[in-house]
Amino acid sequence: MDRFLSLAAALLQPLLLLAAAPLLAGLVRRIKARLQNRRGAPLLTPYRDLRKLFGKEAVVARTASPLFRAAPYVVFAATLLAAAALPVFSTVLPGARIADAIALIGLLGLARFMLVLAGLDAGTPFGGMGAAREMLVTSFAEPALLLVIFTLAMTTHTTNLAGMADATLGGTTVLRPSYLFALAALLMVGVAECGRIPVDNPATHLELTMIHEGMLLEYSGRHLALMDWAAQLKLLLFAMLTVDLFLPWGLATRADPLALLLALPLLALKLALLAALLAVSETVLAKMRVFRVPGYLTLAFLLALLGLLSHVILEAAL
Amino acid sequence: MSAAALTLPLAEAAVLAALASAAVSPLAARWPRALSLLAFPLLGLAAVCALAAGTLALGFDVAQGAVLPLGLPWLPWQLSVDPLAGVFLLMLGAVLLPVSVYGPGYAREFRNGRDSLATLGVSTGLFVAGMLGVLLAADAYLFMVAWELMSLASYFLVCFQHEHADHRRAAFVYLLLAHVAGLLILLAFGVLAAAGGGFSFAAMRAAHPDALWAAIAFALALAGFGAKAGLVPLHVWLPEAHPAAPSHISALMSAVMLKVALYGFLRVTFDLLGVPQWGYGVTLVVVGSASAVLGVLLALQQSDLKRLLAYSSIENLGIVFLALGLAQIFQAAGHPALAALALLAALYQALNHALLKGLLFLGAGAVLHGAHTRSLDRLGGLLRRMPRTGWMFLIGCLGMAAVPPLNGFVSEWLTFQAALQAWRLHDGLLRILVPLAAAALALTAALAATVFVRAYGIAFLGRARSRSTRHAHEVGGGMLAGQALLVAGIAVAALLPGPLLGLLGRAALQLTGSAPAGTGWLWLTPLDPATSSYAPLPILAVLLAVGALGVLLLRPRQGAAVRRADPWDCGYAPPTPRMQYSAAGFAQPQRRVFAPAYALRETTAADRHEVEVGDRTWVWLYRPLGMLADRAADLARRAQAGHVRRYLAWSLITLLVLLWIVS
Repeated sequence: MDRFLSLAAALLQPLLLLAAAPLLAGLVRRIKARLQNRRGAPLLTPYRDLRKLFGKEAVVARTASPLFRAAPYVVFAATLLAAAALPVFSTVLPGARIADAIALIGLLGLARFMLVLAGLDAGTPFGGMGAAREMLVTSFAEPALLLVIFTLAMTTHTTNLAGMADATLGGTTVLRPSYLFALAALLMVGVAECGRIPVDNPATHLELTMIHEGMLLEYSGRHLALMDWAAQLKLLLFAMLTVDLFLPWGLATRADPLALLLALPLLALKLALLAALLAVSETVLAKMRVFRVPGYLTLAFLLALLGLLSHVILEAAL
Repeated sequence: MSAAALTLPLAEAAVLAALASAAVSPLAARWPRALSLLAFPLLGLAAVCALAAGTLALGFDVAQGAVLPLGLPWLPWQLSVDPLAGVFLLMLGAVLLPVSVYGPGYAREFRNGRDSLATLGVSTGLFVAGMLGVLLAADAYLFMVAWELMSLASYFLVCFQHEHADHRRAAFVYLLLAHVAGLLILLAFGVLAAAGGGFSFAAMRAAHPDALWAAIAFALALAGFGAKAGLVPLHVWLPEAHPAAPSHISALMSAVMLKVALYGFLRVTFDLLGVPQWGYGVTLVVVGSASAVLGVLLALQQSDLKRLLAYSSIENLGIVFLALGLAQIFQAAGHPALAALALLAALYQALNHALLKGLLFLGAGAVLHGAHTRSLDRLGGLLRRMPRTGWMFLIGCLGMAAVPPLNGFVSEWLTFQAALQAWRLHDGLLRILVPLAAAALALTAALAATVFVRAYGIAFLGRARSRSTRHAHEVGGGMLAGQALLVAGIAVAALLPGPLLGLLGRAALQLTGSAPAGTGWLWLTPLDPATSSYAPLPILAVLLAVGALGVLLLRPRQGAAVRRADPWDCGYAPPTPRMQYSAAGFAQPQRRVFAPAYALRETTAADRHEVEVGDRTWVWLYRPLGMLADRAADLARRAQAGHVRRYLAWSLITLLVLLWIVS
């Protein structure tokens, strides 16, 4: 029975994330609209957009190779698999054994690799521009993210995300200096990786500023829907990562129905808070020039490195 | 006779087959088909023998030796094969076999040229025999003879197409550094032989030189083998020499010869020198990190496909040496299990690099064959012109970018797992250094992904940037089969890391006295299951299942699957191929950000902007060294004025000084 429950949880958790991803995107959009004195689109608009796109004909550039059509599926599958490594409402997660935190970052890397190749495939200038910039962002963001993971792995002595959350739940010291650095780095990286303001703007097709949208310009129909859904899932994935690593309280540590029932509303609350935080920061910050992005990302990388070093120097005795 | 007893005879057969391949090659001068009908099949035989010997040595944990009736009367050549040599025999065989399948198709191009096929065949055979000899040698004498054979034969391969001036220059730089490296290695063996009282490895292993001499031997070995392995700052020959050689030789040089240097280093420091020192480890970590970061940064800026691959080799060997440094640190700190893990990470990285770089160099050769250029700025859209090569090249790029479920990720993951055990160390300095190395590795990995996205995206995707690329053709069956063999090897290394690591674990056991557990066929749990686990097969299965499900569910019920149209590109006029991102343009942001690492020269004219990215090591190290040598030559010339009287005076003074010393 226990085995069955945990297996069901393993299958259910990523699907739940997948189902909830557009909602989070809609929520951020909605809060942002309210902060800007607009009414904003309904919360469910992202779902309607996806349904509309899935129903539409897919147009592919004549210049594109077969890789262009395969990429959306790979991107989607890799992002979904990465999400399967995250504990959502319970730390009892067999799926997490397949891929630990490092593999999660690797899977995101696979998704990005294919996405960037797809951006280059049609041979258009904007696609290449988005691709080159995406690789610039990731050159710093991925190592910074790895360092954040390393900081927590050194503390909890595991790279398994469920194990990390478990260790944090069972630990006594909560406010470690290294965690603060790591949290700051993770938030900065998350913003960059998900293509949000101030690094990229998901709401614009203004040619000279786009990164993520530049790579998707040639996509349409079901291919675009998959790419968009994967991007929304990635946003949720980073939010979940923040929750699991730094605010895991409320996660069920065993397969107990009551604990599971309690975990869900608490999680929704935490995610809503993060969404509000993102919306506020996107409202008060302006998008920066592309040339300033390396500075921003280097800061994130250095913060993560400081977190790691402050762990080995200050907290090694713990 | 049991199978294990066959190990050494098989290895010897491999050497003989390689020598035979060299011996029959002169026939090619009269009869060009000798190369494809005799020389290459013999190399294939050598590869199969090496593969079998390596597998047996690892599988049965064999340690066999033999004394040859060759060499000097008082110094006969000794052979031996043990698990450490087995690992590298395996690597050599795994790359040589595909190369021998690929080679005939590639060499056909030279048949009508001015280049001598006989030279190619003889040099290749001797080169392979030299590498095998290094792996099998059990005394310093044979080791050095085989080493020099390998270096010299590969020199002739680098200057094979000597009508190009830059090939001659590359070959000269290569020869120079190979000689310096050979000298340093000879000195390292000298130190060890002095302590051990003999040239055989067994004597050296038994003796323990005191700390100072051990450190000197280590430094000499690191510089000597490091120069051959392409470690910064002795790497400058590598990006010149590897692209100059014919592509299947580039594959052998990059995938195997660098590993032979790695083998030599492992043999001397981990096996013969014995006592591990944290100081060695720190040196290795620093040198490895520097090589990795500098190598990947330079790879990012190359617009020549083969040069790019060569710089990426520097990066990969840097990662290997970084992991070796971790192994040395853990071993010195008394954690043999962790040392074994780091060593396995290094060996696995080396194996992966051999397979991946072999595939990519063969792919680059196919591109050169099909599109007649290897400049990224003239390529483009090759995936549609050369689909088979293109998809296999993609696998190589994904592997080099270290993304799951490919093999590059496995070794990177293992290295990270080893580095993350730094909390077990007691020394504060080491505890800081190891995470810093992990950070350097993380940065390297992200940049490596950029390197290979750029290489693949520019060369194989988009639209053709030149006429020859527009009319590129797919290569023939043999060349495809060679690449396919390497893809098969990559698939095994990617999906079944457990059993392979179990085999490589024998070598780790030999060198560290410990072999990591948890190498089942499905799960990879090198420490313990709660700490970390990775399972590539389920990852691949889920990826395929989700992808297939998506395709099935989303495919339109009626009508065409997709509609073809001009690129949208925000509604501008259809772009021309020249409006695509160029290789230099793609890497421009990184060129700005990492400007201090490059020797940049940019010129802007009315209609074009030219960028030249050089290696700072030339400016900082080699140019001053060259000037110093010139200065020294000037001084020497002053003494050598050409007057007999002055020479007599010099002789007299020398004689007087000697007499004074003696008395």
